[in-house]
Amino acid sequence: MPGEEEKQMQNRRQIGAMVGNHAVAYAVKQAKPTVLSVYPITPQTTMLEKLADYVSTGELNARLIKVESEHSVLATIYGASLAGARVFTATASQGLLYMAEMVYWAGGARVPIVGAIATRAIGPPWSIWTDNQDIMAMRDTAWLQAMAENVQEAYDLTLLAFRISEDKRVLMPMMLGFDGFVLTHTMERLETLDDATVDAFLPKRDYALIDFEDPKGIGAVAGPKTYMDYKYKAKQAMDSAKLSIKEIMAEYNEIAGTNYNTTECYKCEDAEYLLVAMGAWSGDAKAAVDELRQQGKKAGLLKITVFRPFPNEDVLKQAKGKEVIVLDRAYSYGSSGVLALEVKSALYGTQTKVHSVIAGLGGRDVTPQQIEKLVEDCASGTLEDERWLL
Amino acid sequence: MSYMLKGTAACPGCPIPKEIEMILEITGKNSVLVVPASCSTIVMGDDTNGQPATVPVVHTAFAASASVASGIEEALEAQGKNANVIVWAGDGSTSDIGFSAVSGAAERNENIMYVCYDNEAYMNTGIQRSSLTPRGAWSTTTPEGKKEAKKLLPFMLMDHKVPYVATLSIAYAFDFQAKIKKAASIKGFRYLHLLSPCPPGWKFDPSLTISIAKLAVDTGIWPLMEYEQGKLRLTGPSNLYANKAKRKPIDEYLKIQGRFKEISPDEKAELEQDVDSLWQEIQERIAGKF
Repeated sequence: MPGEEEKQMQNRRQIGAMVGNHAVAYAVKQAKPTVLSVYPITPQTTMLEKLADYVSTGELNARLIKVESEHSVLATIYGASLAGARVFTATASQGLLYMAEMVYWAGGARVPIVGAIATRAIGPPWSIWTDNQDIMAMRDTAWLQAMAENVQEAYDLTLLAFRISEDKRVLMPMMLGFDGFVLTHTMERLETLDDATVDAFLPKRDYALIDFEDPKGIGAVAGPKTYMDYKYKAKQAMDSAKLSIKEIMAEYNEIAGTNYNTTECYKCEDAEYLLVAMGAWSGDAKAAVDELRQQGKKAGLLKITVFRPFPNEDVLKQAKGKEVIVLDRAYSYGSSGVLALEVKSALYGTQTKVHSVIAGLGGRDVTPQQIEKLVEDCASGTLEDERWLL
Repeated sequence: MSYMLKGTAACPGCPIPKEIEMILEITGKNSVLVVPASCSTIVMGDDTNGQPATVPVVHTAFAASASVASGIEEALEAQGKNANVIVWAGDGSTSDIGFSAVSGAAERNENIMYVCYDNEAYMNTGIQRSSLTPRGAWSTTTPEGKKEAKKLLPFMLMDHKVPYVATLSIAYAFDFQAKIKKAASIKGFRYLHLLSPCPPGWKFDPSLTISIAKLAVDTGIWPLMEYEQGKLRLTGPSNLYANKAKRKPIDEYLKIQGRFKEISPDEKAELEQDVDSLWQEIQERIAGKF
């Protein structure tokens, strides 16, 4: 017999199934933003269509601005957020690059915005399939960044992103990455919260920067004597957001019966071989870990859920002294896998061996067996410092 | 009351602070200015906290102002707040880099007042040509004079069928403020195009700003007009200038500006042809041919 608390929890979570784009759209509807702005790009479009439906039927009482470019997408919701609205948009790939100037602008101005990124490769050659080059290209924009492993996480992290971004201790835009097609178009089991629970978790936004009684100049010139101070404040805000994110996730876990944190440790405590990954293929890595454990090999996975601020402490704690294999779906040309760089930096000075594996670019399939093989090669000493799974 | 703080970083003879004040005098306290990268970014400076004094100012990236203003307006309206959301943007931002956003906001008929203060080049970066630089004008990127005609932006906005388009001159202050007043009373996308003389960019003595603005109108180079409910009409002194004989020769306007110092007789003839065809198109539009 379930206890009273567990029964209550069950009532709050309704079980169904949705594709990732609809799960995010549903979370957005529950979050009740008042201004949305969108421009179509594959594989985000079915989310935008769903949002247009919600607005058209009145299920979501919001203004959906249908602009002429992604640059304008972010410009409109930036303005709307200054004026006090809860705002949302979604994009991917070329679209994210096209709005890059405004991504920096919104990050620099530290306005609350939630953006879902249906992660997708960047051309040329043209590719509509997943990798993380788009979202990783935005890593220095003073946005918070998270990556979802599955449709459930895409839903939960969307709700969390609104709360985190608007929290007065944080006040930073947040982007949520979820793999194009692999999650956007795949139907999975999904537990949703009821509207009242979401309302309680996400109270109405009650502050605006544009105030006619107390007029301010926003985004004005800063000379060499002051510019850097703004940037230092953004750095401090990003650093302190780490704790706020953990606290808000803990609060959500209480309500939703989930177990979110900035990282997820999957059989990683006693692992000799530690995979580090983020996004949808973390699921494949877990399958590989299970298989390897069956064979008596001590493998584990450290999944990065929140990429910015980067969870250095978690990585150091879990990866120090292990054989580390970082799976990257994005590459910094002339350097290394992007996530591998972060992991190496977190482990600096610990003599921990870190292998960088580049795979799955432009949607190339990666199987759990291939991931097992990486661990086996690592064990036999044949895994290079950097390997491309071609 | 003055809407602008005393002292700005504007060049001597620059009309920008006065022009902004003349707008805010009409639109009042519940106005928000949206300002892309431009001379005004510097004019408003950081010592003044980036604002004229009495209204919020949102500084934006170069191509973003029409869209930022759209978002502000939609958010304020959603909260039931009435305000004048005003874009104050230069010619480069409006006609070049930000044109797709301007066209988008016009097509959506966003409830914003868009003012293009046209000083006919990228003045803030040091006088580079824009698509609104007139033919024959020197700039640092057209050292031999611009070879192409000025883009006819007010017509392009009329072709978006927005509720209101007008051209303005600081030399005709009553006409200027009457148009702001009318624009403020209309809902939807309102486009106001203001010729804004620039002493260092056009190379004239800072004491001549108003005289030059007046000559632009009186030579027919800058016709004052108003497009409302699909109908175009001339306003103020420009009513007279449909008749070319009533206009002053364009030479009077050109000869006191250093930027036209090297203009050749052929280019001058072409520029005059540009002005004639502008008036021809105005007549045709008034007659309902577009």
